Amino acid sequence: MSSIYEPQAWAILFLPLASFVIIALLIRPFLNQRYSRLSGYVTIAAVGAAFILSLLVLKSTLGHEEPIGWVSHPWLTIGDLEIRVGILLDPLTAIMLVVVTGVSLLVQVYSQGYMKGDPGYSRYFAFMSLFTASMLGVVLSSSILQLYVFWEMVGLCSYLLIGFWYHRPAAAAAAKKAFIVTRIGDVGFLLAILYLFLHRDTFLAQGLNPFDITDIWAAALVLPAFAVTWLSLGIFAGAVGKSGQFPLHTWLPDAMEGPTPVSALIHAATMVAAGVFLVARFFPLFQESETAMHTVALIGGFTAVFAATMGLVMYDIKRVMAYSTVSQLGYMMLALGVGAPAVAMFHLFNHAFFKALLFLGAGSVNHATGTFDMRYMGGLRRHMPITYVTMAIGSLSLAGIFPLSGFWSKDEILLEAWRGGGLVNQLVFWMALAGVFLTAFYVSRMMFMTFHGTFRGGAEAEGHGQGAEHPVHLAESPWVMVLPLVVLGVLALGSGYVANPLGDLAGIPAHWFVEFLGGHAEPASLSLAAVSTLVALLGVGLAVLMYQTRTLSPDAVGRALRPARELLSHRYYLDSLYEGVLVGRLFYRGVARFLDWVDREVVDRTGDGVGWLGRNLGRGLAPIQTGQLQAYGVVISLGILAIIGAYLVFGR
Amino acid sequence: MTARDLYLLSPEIALAGVAILVVILDLLVRSKRVVGAVAFLGLAVPIALTVVLWTSIDSETAVFGTLAVDKFALFFKILVLAIVGVLILGSADYVARFQRYQGEFYALVLFSATGMMLLAATTELISIYISLELTALPLAALAAFLRDERSTEAGIKFLLLSAMSSALLLYGMVLVYGFTGSTQLQEIAGAVAQGDMPFGSYALLAGVTLMVVGFGFKIAMVPFQMWVPDVYEGAPTPITTYLSVASKAAGFAVLLRIFYFALPAVSGDWGTLFAVLSALSMTVGNLVAIAQNNIKRMLAYSTIAHAGYILVGVAAFAARSPGPDGVALGPSGVLFYLAAYAATNLAAFFAIMAIASRTGSEQIDDFAGIARRAPWVAAVLAFAMLSLIGIPPTAGFMGKLYLFNAAVRGDLVWLAVVGVISSVVSAYYYLRVVRVLYLGAAPSEEAIPSSWPVRLALALTGGSILAIGLLPGRLLELGEAAVRIFSLTPQ
Repeated sequence: MSSIYEPQAWAILFLPLASFVIIALLIRPFLNQRYSRLSGYVTIAAVGAAFILSLLVLKSTLGHEEPIGWVSHPWLTIGDLEIRVGILLDPLTAIMLVVVTGVSLLVQVYSQGYMKGDPGYSRYFAFMSLFTASMLGVVLSSSILQLYVFWEMVGLCSYLLIGFWYHRPAAAAAAKKAFIVTRIGDVGFLLAILYLFLHRDTFLAQGLNPFDITDIWAAALVLPAFAVTWLSLGIFAGAVGKSGQFPLHTWLPDAMEGPTPVSALIHAATMVAAGVFLVARFFPLFQESETAMHTVALIGGFTAVFAATMGLVMYDIKRVMAYSTVSQLGYMMLALGVGAPAVAMFHLFNHAFFKALLFLGAGSVNHATGTFDMRYMGGLRRHMPITYVTMAIGSLSLAGIFPLSGFWSKDEILLEAWRGGGLVNQLVFWMALAGVFLTAFYVSRMMFMTFHGTFRGGAEAEGHGQGAEHPVHLAESPWVMVLPLVVLGVLALGSGYVANPLGDLAGIPAHWFVEFLGGHAEPASLSLAAVSTLVALLGVGLAVLMYQTRTLSPDAVGRALRPARELLSHRYYLDSLYEGVLVGRLFYRGVARFLDWVDREVVDRTGDGVGWLGRNLGRGLAPIQTGQLQAYGVVISLGILAIIGAYLVFGR
Repeated sequence: MTARDLYLLSPEIALAGVAILVVILDLLVRSKRVVGAVAFLGLAVPIALTVVLWTSIDSETAVFGTLAVDKFALFFKILVLAIVGVLILGSADYVARFQRYQGEFYALVLFSATGMMLLAATTELISIYISLELTALPLAALAAFLRDERSTEAGIKFLLLSAMSSALLLYGMVLVYGFTGSTQLQEIAGAVAQGDMPFGSYALLAGVTLMVVGFGFKIAMVPFQMWVPDVYEGAPTPITTYLSVASKAAGFAVLLRIFYFALPAVSGDWGTLFAVLSALSMTVGNLVAIAQNNIKRMLAYSTIAHAGYILVGVAAFAARSPGPDGVALGPSGVLFYLAAYAATNLAAFFAIMAIASRTGSEQIDDFAGIARRAPWVAAVLAFAMLSLIGIPPTAGFMGKLYLFNAAVRGDLVWLAVVGVISSVVSAYYYLRVVRVLYLGAAPSEEAIPSSWPVRLALALTGGSILAIGLLPGRLLELGEAAVRIFSLTPQ
């Protein structure tokens, strides 16, 4: 067992942060003309070093029951409340560190190819460094307040990166949407923190700090039940926003407007994982409230199915993936809700790799065809063999086909739900099983439309979009893009084995991952595995019939199920509901109009009034402020008389 | 005068020595840069001595009990020395343009600083008066230093009004002495007791009020602030800066010491007075500042408003942190705020000096588009404005947080509300500067250069604003250690 020192842990956070500062303050202002490539190298070096340190952390936490906590540092004191900052290292942190830095590293390498020649090259890497640093900050924080600061920084960076091509109206709008929609959830999180602040006396009486995460765990046992429920639900609201859970999922598909590596980073390793991580981080709190647990399970289960259905009909390859992400995050939430945080983290771990792989693969496809619309792809299998094979691995893994990584974690989630007992767990089990079928179908559909059949023209056939920027050139992408695909492909093949549900294998004991995270592993159930595989194969089979052999015409099916299809293509009309009714009618015409009136009539008038008062008071005092010394002396004397007079009149 | 006294007073002696050395060097050396460098580097000696005293001394008195060497005094000594050091750096370009008397300029600043250091340490009325005069006389000369019409006017006004306020102060001291029979603050505290009327007697009421006038003048408190705009506008900018931070800090030091040390028994009486004057200063300062077009004049009114904010901490006598020897939150907030305000105002004035030296104008409208001509200077100025408003993550925000927190805990919620509202109002004129800097159309695109001492001073002060805003803990601890002397006195 090796140990880690506190400066090393801080370095994980500060290395990418330093990379941001160096790029933003040195490279971009001074060296941007000729040496912008430096930005990429600095980022890779920083994230790479952080990755190595993360592995060290992982090694140090092995065999540690208790979290490695150093005494946190006082940051500031408000009254009797001391706010402290520090680092909390436990297996959960260690796993997240490895995932975040690992995926980020691969994405940065890949970005060198993808962003080559972009005028915002340095800006891109500056934001990516900051984004990675923020996410690492979320993971490492020992205090909820510190976590919240980084949490908001993650939100800010996602805004900057989704809107990276801010000259495109769609990108600017998507960035705003992501920022605002996640903010709705963050209000809940903030309320939870304020609740902690207001009830600090309860904590202080127990010798606990209301903002310290480990103290919040401890307090879960002494706080009244309703307090635990409200705190959990508030925190969960934040997680719903960041992890794109129903009903705050609408921002995530739109977030595809950012550069594709950003999508890979946001949707695989970082931002969306932050929500799941947050719930896992406060799991001891959630555990004490049945209401909170059921809410998490049901929202997760519902989102898993709900998002998958929308993935069925999308034509934009990145949107398919986006709904898939929402759906998979639903699975993780579901696992948390049925009381298996370790299993949820296991799925997060696997998902990070295969989803990053799929996104980077989509980027690679886009690099060749210039479009994201699958109707203009097809037949790419012959031109891009490596992209094809790696994406096939990712897809099968996502579909949960034995023996790829997705199979193991999805199976454990089903198992936990099945064994959980009770009405809610039963319900979410069937939801999850339905999700398996849908997932297998949409991901197979995506693969067939993109890689099989004949090529349908790419951006040139599409006739608009980025055709001019990215001409069609059907060839494999450069090695900086392919290499991360291969690495991720290997991981997607193998990452499931760290869980190792079957037996001791190659140095990894059975159920290693889950027990490392302090979970209790259920013995594997062969029959359940068989059922879920069968369901997944059914999904794949249906896709084969529709998109490969064309036995079933997709158009005919579409016509037959027209109402359902319409509903799905319009994303259940939720975007219209939010934007048209809630924002348009209620907000613009109601609240905003009222606030506008308040702003103009009350606030502005007050402001004008103060300005008027200021100017006229100046004018009024001008006769006194003559510059005449005698006048000044008189005012001083009058001041004395006024003070003494006031004392004599009012007493004290 | 014993050897021990010499040790205890070594920072002041060393500082006066540096001042004399500067005068002598000025006669001997042709290069005036050397004089400035000696003035700056010489500060290392008093600073080192002060730090040694801070670490080795808890609380002692020197020179027949007239001067206290405690952490409270030492806090202010370090603050004043730091201000003077950065000031010499930041005004290097400005002073270099003087045709003559550069040596005298530095020497007068150092002599005045000696007075301020003594002022923070005095525990006896007559020494207070002498230290005050030692502080004020060089300042009057410095205000008139440019010898043009406005500067001379500023010097004369400062001298005469300062003399008037000193006279009133002295009269107040006489009354207090006559009634309590002592000039020692400790003994005055024993003689003052709460009675049927404010301060127990007419004599004491009049005496204390007159003393309030004397210090109110120094700290630029309404209604004794009339001199401030004229003197600030007319005096050389480094001296304006010096008046607004160091002189004000020393004034608050002695104010705190007198009222918290000598008059705790009647705190209810003067607490209300300071609360009312605080509210008045904030309101008048911020409202009149809105109408100003000259940036130095605007900052003059701003400094009146900030005197109001700091007075919140003086008024919050009852605010104590929980525990048997709870920290007096008001004074510790005052100390914190003075340091934060010093960093902020120094940064603002250095930036103004750097810009105005090239554009030749101190009108706010003439700062248009400076952000493109001097991005770093403009950034520091804008950041200082944000700190003056009190927006996180700046020092000004933390300072206001602590002061208003003290007000709330000292049962002065209304005062905190007034403070917050006037802070909002103040954004009106501070942000105007930021807007002009960044959005105004520059009449020329020519870059504005600045020398490295000025850049260093800007970096130091700007960095301090951020550092105090982000990591206030250390400074607050120092402030709390300094005001511990107020918890030890039996209530």
